[in-house]
Amino acid sequence: MRVLRDLFKDYRFALSFCVLCMLLILATLSAFSPYDPTLWMVVPRDLKPSWTNLLGTDSNGQDVFWQATFAVRNSLIISVIAGTVSRVIAVLIGMVAGYRGRGTDRVLMFISDSLLVIPLFLIIVMMAMLVRDKMNLVTLGLLLAFFGWAWDARVIRSLILSLREREFTQTAILSGTGTLRLVLNEYMPYATPLVFSTLINNMAWAIGLEITLAILGLVNMNIPTLGTMLYWAINYQAILLGRWWWVLTPVTLSVLLFVALYWLSVGISEYLDPRTRIQRVGAQ
Amino acid sequence: MEKLLEVHHLTKVFSLGSMISRIRITATDNVSFYIKPAEIFALAGESGCGKTTAARMILGFEEPTSGAIVHEGKRDAKNEKVWFTEGIQAIFQDPFATFNPLRTVDRYFFETIQNYKLARNKKEAIGLIAQKLKAIGLSYEEFSGKYPSEFSGGQLQRISIARALLTNPTLLIADEPVSMVDASLRMSIVNLLKTLKEEFGMSVLYITHDLATAYYVSDRIAIMFRGNIVEMGVVEKVLMHPKHPYTRLLRESIPEADPKKRWDKTVTLADIEYEEYLRAGCRFAGRCPLVMDMCKQEVPADVYVDDVFVKCHLYSGTEETLDDEVS
Amino acid sequence: MNKTILRTEQLKAFYVLDVLGNQKVVKAVNGVDLEIRENEIYGITGESGCGKTTLLKALVAAIEPPLRLMGGKVYYRVNSEEVDVSSLSAEDRRRLRWEYVSYVPQGSMSVLNPVMKLKETYRDFIVSHVSGKTREAAFEIAKRHITELGLPRKILDAYPHQLSGGMRQRVTIALAALLKPRIIIADEPTTALDVVVQRGVVQLLKDIQEKLKNTIILVTHDMGVQANIADRIGIMYAGKMVEEATTEEIFGDPLHPYTRYLINSLPKFGDKTIRESVPGSPPSLINLPSGCPFHPRCPYVSGICTKQMPSFIDLHTHHKVACWLVGEGEDGEAS
Repeated sequence: MRVLRDLFKDYRFALSFCVLCMLLILATLSAFSPYDPTLWMVVPRDLKPSWTNLLGTDSNGQDVFWQATFAVRNSLIISVIAGTVSRVIAVLIGMVAGYRGRGTDRVLMFISDSLLVIPLFLIIVMMAMLVRDKMNLVTLGLLLAFFGWAWDARVIRSLILSLREREFTQTAILSGTGTLRLVLNEYMPYATPLVFSTLINNMAWAIGLEITLAILGLVNMNIPTLGTMLYWAINYQAILLGRWWWVLTPVTLSVLLFVALYWLSVGISEYLDPRTRIQRVGAQ
Repeated sequence: MEKLLEVHHLTKVFSLGSMISRIRITATDNVSFYIKPAEIFALAGESGCGKTTAARMILGFEEPTSGAIVHEGKRDAKNEKVWFTEGIQAIFQDPFATFNPLRTVDRYFFETIQNYKLARNKKEAIGLIAQKLKAIGLSYEEFSGKYPSEFSGGQLQRISIARALLTNPTLLIADEPVSMVDASLRMSIVNLLKTLKEEFGMSVLYITHDLATAYYVSDRIAIMFRGNIVEMGVVEKVLMHPKHPYTRLLRESIPEADPKKRWDKTVTLADIEYEEYLRAGCRFAGRCPLVMDMCKQEVPADVYVDDVFVKCHLYSGTEETLDDEVS
Repeated sequence: MNKTILRTEQLKAFYVLDVLGNQKVVKAVNGVDLEIRENEIYGITGESGCGKTTLLKALVAAIEPPLRLMGGKVYYRVNSEEVDVSSLSAEDRRRLRWEYVSYVPQGSMSVLNPVMKLKETYRDFIVSHVSGKTREAAFEIAKRHITELGLPRKILDAYPHQLSGGMRQRVTIALAALLKPRIIIADEPTTALDVVVQRGVVQLLKDIQEKLKNTIILVTHDMGVQANIADRIGIMYAGKMVEEATTEEIFGDPLHPYTRYLINSLPKFGDKTIRESVPGSPPSLINLPSGCPFHPRCPYVSGICTKQMPSFIDLHTHHKVACWLVGEGEDGEAS
């Protein structure tokens, strides 16, 4: 597709796309794992990287490489759930508030602003502590989604507010289009690029928050994620004991994931904004 | 039917500013006029004189502060919007803003047909669209599947008229339809409005600040200044023998496309516009070359002189003062 | 006859765009020869999208990608010497602007900084272009300049949003004339303004020209404004100049078929006869028709019109036309 070809002209997008592909392959490899990730002591502990254990083993008796494949897979699942659900909520609330205005707008924005102002971290910590044992990937994803929509709802609302004043809204009204169809057909094409780039940002945010919660020990430790790997590594003093392979693996994977997501988002937003697109193209 | 559209004492007041200092601007002040069937009625005046606000109130996009709008003998009813917009349609100033740049133009046509149930299936719909496109001089093949950016301004404005014609309206509100179109293409659009009146019996409310095209196309005209109608009547009389000093100023300020007729006198302009809105008395008193003392204190009464409505102290007492009609 | 102050030779400036992998070349200025003299008001008229604004950008050497100069030259006469604009250094070009040539772009009211009072904007200008002036001296210069042009002094204390659109436009034009440039270029200064305000703006331009005895290049598609103020008019079509003559001749004896359509389509008061606009639509600057770009819409088109572009030749009394019908004597009759 031409669009992809143009996007690949940006080295950042190309690089991050490759890195993400590699990470995805890594995640799918988890289906072939010879070891069950939730069990302990399936391999000898604390072995350095070798041909049998590509990235060594950890103090729980798990192969670090295969553990990492699950970690990447689960972290990605959490972030995808968090990102998509929060987009859906943000779009719905933003559009209703923007188009209806007046009372509805004020109520919805009050709720949204409260979520922005309240110290999120404390609330998430509290909720995580309450449901810790019952938490799985999906519930964690939904929890993060619930706190991730407020900012972008406002952004979408302001987009709708400005589109509402445009003349093509009047044309649509004169064509007899009802409110819901109008908002979906006329405004969504404007909102889609915005939603897409904020999705990626939101995913990165969700992964970061998950790692933070995990290091603090607030998530279900039986499910391997990038965060829980780090938690166990820190718990077992891996750095002090020189077991670098156990710490470096989740750290490197996380950094790669963050940078890749960030560059992807930047590349897409620069491509979509016609002004920066001409700059990039004109320079070729 | 005598009158297609009647507007009685239509007023719209906007409040600007915060809770501490509010300014209330009467954008449209006690405006009354009527449009007959198969007539082109021009509403002319500077930007910000209230003509667009009046149009928006007629279309239902703005709530009047007071006053009544009567269409085909029926008063406007808030829950009868669909009926309202079938008989009244509109075209706007910027053809490129009229359509969503991210959607193809034919989508609006199909939506109009679906929403007003104008055709039973797609084939009939295309037939109807092709018929309206023919009236504006475009073929369906040239039009189908294209985005607004693929047309020129003049073409897009004509397409906008075609969309408005789909519901066979009796009244078309044209808000500055040619001001953003090039001089060389203006006449085609203006001639089209004339054809619609003569062949289909449609009425047009032609809103503009370009008096030259208003003279060319309209039958009757109302000149607005800062929310009031200051002169109204048959266009021949109002523009060729203007009575109100503001109409005279407008008439003189139009640059004639003739190098032998250049402006000789200089003109004074208003510096801060909204001050004029807040005047007691006649709002033109600040700039009027024939201003008298009472102009600054009393709002002029509405008078009929030689079948032309004038709102000016120069004429009160010369002919009979007419009370406003209320149907 | 006055001396030439600005001259172009076969000026070509194209936009090179890469849209989703396709390269598109917009031939906005396609071989333009201009000769503009001192102490005159020269009007340029044409449809939107005919290349007028690009021509102006090329004249002031404000060419940035995706716009590229593809050929031709622009010469200014500075101190009785002809200077090729492209040979100047960036610093010289900056000095050239505002002191020698000033450019009032379209929608120029947004040129004013919305968070600065007008007197600050004026002071900034003076201080950055004229060295050795204190801020008080700069303020005095600004005040004197404003009052000389007949604008009220109190506007200097206002913010741009407090003034009406017409006043903002006049203030911007006054700003352009501040350093007494030899050439002032105004791009559509009266569009989006009402008739009465338009008159005030045009008056201001006339006053400035009379005072400074400089050149004003006025680009507008409003023929009424051109009739009122321009001494000579150039008609532009699809990136080329197709006719140039004094205002009286353009209105009284237009020769190019496009000009004739244009003049005849203007509505006049007291005359309600049917007027026709130019048939067809303006050509795309990406896919220009072969030969003369007007031939698809021309009622007098003949064989040679589709094959070759007519050159811009000077008939009698400096009336220039680019049309196979007129002059060249080959095909068709001179009308």
